[in-house]
Amino acid sequence: MMSTANEVGKSSSKIDLSPEKKVSEFNEELSLAGANVHTKVGMIFFLTKRYPLGFLGLFLVFLFIFVALFAPYLTTQDPLTTNPAISLAAPSIDHPMGADFMGRDLFSRVIFGARTSLAVAFGATILGVFFGVLIGLASGYLGGWVDLVLQRLIDILQSLPTLILAMAMAAALGPSLFNTIIAIAIPKFPSIARVIRSSTLSLREMSFVEAARAMGMSDLRIVFRHIFPNTLAPLIVLATAGLGSAILVEASLSFLGLGVPEPHPSWGRMLSESASEYVRTAPWLVLFPGAAITVAVFGANLLGDALRDIFDPRQRTAN
Amino acid sequence: MAIYLLRRIFLLFVTILGVSIIIFALMRVVPGNIADVLFESSGYIDQVQKAKIEAELGLDKPLIQQYLSWLGHLLTGDFGFSYMSERAAIDEILPRLPVTLKLAALTLFFTIIFGIPLGVWSAVKQNGLVDNALRVVTLSALSLPSFWCGLLVLMFSVHVFGVIPIYSNEPRSIFHELLLLSIPALVVGFRSSALIIRLTRSSMLEVLRQDYIRTARAKGVSESTIHYRHALKNAILPIITLLGIEASHLMGGLVVIETVFNIPGIGRYLVEAIRWRDYPIVQNIVLFSACAVVMTNFIVDMLYAVIDPRIKYVD
Amino acid sequence: MEKLINEFSNHIHVSNLAEATVLEVENLKTYFFVKQGVVKAVDDFSFSLKSGDKLAIVGESGCGKSMTALSVLRLVPNPPGRIVSGSIKLDGKDLLQMSESEMRNIRGNRISMIFQEPMTSLNPVLSIAQQIGEALILHQKLSDKDAFDRSVELLKLVKIPEPLRRAREYPHQLSGGMRQRVMTAMALACNPQVLLADEPTTALDVTIQAQILDLIMELQDRLGTAVVLITHDLGVVAETSERVIVMYGGRKVEEANVNDIFAMPLHPYTQGLLAAVPKLTTLSGKESYSKRLQEIPGIVPALVNLPDACTFAPRCAFATDICRHEYPPYTNISSSHKVACWHVAKVC
Repeated sequence: MMSTANEVGKSSSKIDLSPEKKVSEFNEELSLAGANVHTKVGMIFFLTKRYPLGFLGLFLVFLFIFVALFAPYLTTQDPLTTNPAISLAAPSIDHPMGADFMGRDLFSRVIFGARTSLAVAFGATILGVFFGVLIGLASGYLGGWVDLVLQRLIDILQSLPTLILAMAMAAALGPSLFNTIIAIAIPKFPSIARVIRSSTLSLREMSFVEAARAMGMSDLRIVFRHIFPNTLAPLIVLATAGLGSAILVEASLSFLGLGVPEPHPSWGRMLSESASEYVRTAPWLVLFPGAAITVAVFGANLLGDALRDIFDPRQRTAN
Repeated sequence: MAIYLLRRIFLLFVTILGVSIIIFALMRVVPGNIADVLFESSGYIDQVQKAKIEAELGLDKPLIQQYLSWLGHLLTGDFGFSYMSERAAIDEILPRLPVTLKLAALTLFFTIIFGIPLGVWSAVKQNGLVDNALRVVTLSALSLPSFWCGLLVLMFSVHVFGVIPIYSNEPRSIFHELLLLSIPALVVGFRSSALIIRLTRSSMLEVLRQDYIRTARAKGVSESTIHYRHALKNAILPIITLLGIEASHLMGGLVVIETVFNIPGIGRYLVEAIRWRDYPIVQNIVLFSACAVVMTNFIVDMLYAVIDPRIKYVD
Repeated sequence: MEKLINEFSNHIHVSNLAEATVLEVENLKTYFFVKQGVVKAVDDFSFSLKSGDKLAIVGESGCGKSMTALSVLRLVPNPPGRIVSGSIKLDGKDLLQMSESEMRNIRGNRISMIFQEPMTSLNPVLSIAQQIGEALILHQKLSDKDAFDRSVELLKLVKIPEPLRRAREYPHQLSGGMRQRVMTAMALACNPQVLLADEPTTALDVTIQAQILDLIMELQDRLGTAVVLITHDLGVVAETSERVIVMYGGRKVEEANVNDIFAMPLHPYTQGLLAAVPKLTTLSGKESYSKRLQEIPGIVPALVNLPDACTFAPRCAFATDICRHEYPPYTNISSSHKVACWHVAKVC
């Protein structure tokens, strides 16, 4: 939306001069810049208009959380009840999304699948952020051999492809919801640690840290009260983007049979069960779970993008 | 420059060593080993037989010793044996490698061919029709699980063409083979190129805001020259770095896509090996993939040094 | 070297005869539209340049001096800003009525600019010769080889030692002072009629400052370029300029010959500026050794939503009611001295 010098060379034609305009007549250009916003409510409207996609993302994420939390109230069917009689049934009034090969209602499985995805994605993201922040702060602030060792650890973990490491971890730990969370969190934290570390390194040199030290503040306090809050902006962006990728990794793991096991319904596993065989005969088995994954990740990505625009003024023109 | 290189190579080895330790540890964390798996099918566990098998495979020795002997074997080129097929690991892995490599190369090709020009266009005509369309498309590409995308492609080809593109080991010609591989490559490449488009776009926009672009404009340089001569040359640097990072994601994508399209490469083999707890195979493939990532990043670093004169002419 | 000057003279444009008005800026208004409102970065600004003129535009940071220069070249970042009205005539032709491609022929060719930050104003991945040569290839249609040779000669002109080696080097291998010389060479490559120098020495050490200024002035004398030197440093003004415009809050508040400005400053702001300059005197001098530095009370106003009043009124010791309600017109004290102040007579 906003670009700076990029527009300079744009117009191949002449300049539009407006010599007689009073200030009030520049209104259109002013409102574009948000000059007419005065109230908090107005601020929300302005943000919505300026970042419509971000707002959509926020809505989708909320929808995702809502569906996950209120799953039992959103469907009358039980996602686990098998009913061989209606195996591979097409979508109908009773079963809005059809049924899978075991006769389980797909709609309720998709709804409850949101719970699984939510649990794993949020769990993995929170865990990953937790470790990433701790290691990044320690590495950046303490420096010395602590930094050296931790950096090597981060390097080593990062040189393993994410999915492959997650697969190996999932295989090593065994299939369970909790283990899947760990298997996704571990490959996730190195990139977070990296970003926090570089923020910490530059923040550490700033005068306000020196001042705090001169006041006799303990290192721990300095780190948590001064340095960490200043790393929040890139962290929030990274975490939101990480949410989307966590959902995708869980789906991939479950698709490969290495993720969340029965009885939890998982979108990824629903797709592996349907796989190539039912592509011809029961396309709804392929369409709905995949669409659910896509919409959830899409929302998280939109939100992450908008947050990045808002928080990182440098990136703002990269909109 | 030479010292820089040596340092990087040393770090490379340290990293790979670290990776090997992690892989090894992971494979040993699992309670129960191949011997258990072998006995699972028969229903009961004969302890004496189990102990014998374990001794044969060296599974009863202390972990450190197992690790060191494995490392020693690796360095002498002995990659161990597959527990499942009892053939040399190298004989199982090597034949499956070329397909995966071809797939990877095709994916990289598509990523660059689509990613960079579209990213530049997007930045130059910022907020134009193409830019906005691309923003939606790239975001969707990043939200699509690649295996679902693959499944959709299969579904599409079944419903429209009535056929599933099956990869066979005896293709009619190299051209035919590449054509068949292009489909999964495009699926994986869809996501990678989305990332490249976005990064190219933001990198270009960042560069276009710099003072030296303003200087170039003040000289009367035309916009297109600014974009390609002044801006892109600077903007390409982070893009190359991203390509290095993408190598890592690429591998995960290949594993999944090979499974969807039933391509007999090492990606699909890895999944099978994990299912069968065939440690040596799993270890080797994971180690190999890590090496590939490390190598790629190393090459990227060298490339960076070649393109950016600030690195070339320092010290 | 003489050959170079002669060759340059061949490219001097016809109208570049002494006494002809080269650049005429009238009532230029450049506004920015931001969240807080309208920023009148340049408000009703007028001046004219004859060939060979040495004009200085003085003012504190944020008063709109740089934006004036950018406006002349039509390089105002848009959004959020744009030129709202006025005219900028180069040899009688209004630049604001030109198309963008016509404007590109002017930039770097007939009007050039030197920027403030030498550290970031050169492209890090292109060599020095490539960057200087670009203007030559573009505007004078030289071949690559000729452009390279000419670049080396230009580097000699701006007194860079080992020009042949430096021409092939990259910006990061040069110091700030050398980079500014390169910028100067780049700006003068096509022998422009007007050179806009936006605080060319602010980012440099004092000794280098003097060298760069000398260089610019020397080249200007030889090539007959009109120079607009934008600065906040009155010392620089005294050394280099013939005429001075004092800018405050986006407007011109005083314009005079350099001698008159220093001997007879009429606008309270100008007086304040001069009084604030620390004077190095000895105990036996007229000034008391321990006299406090005279500061102008108050701070530079934010340029957002300025009211219709004299912009300096809040800080002015002589301000009265009329000052706070209407902007003063320009009073011509003499043919060369103009002031915008309601109380010129009193202040005189």
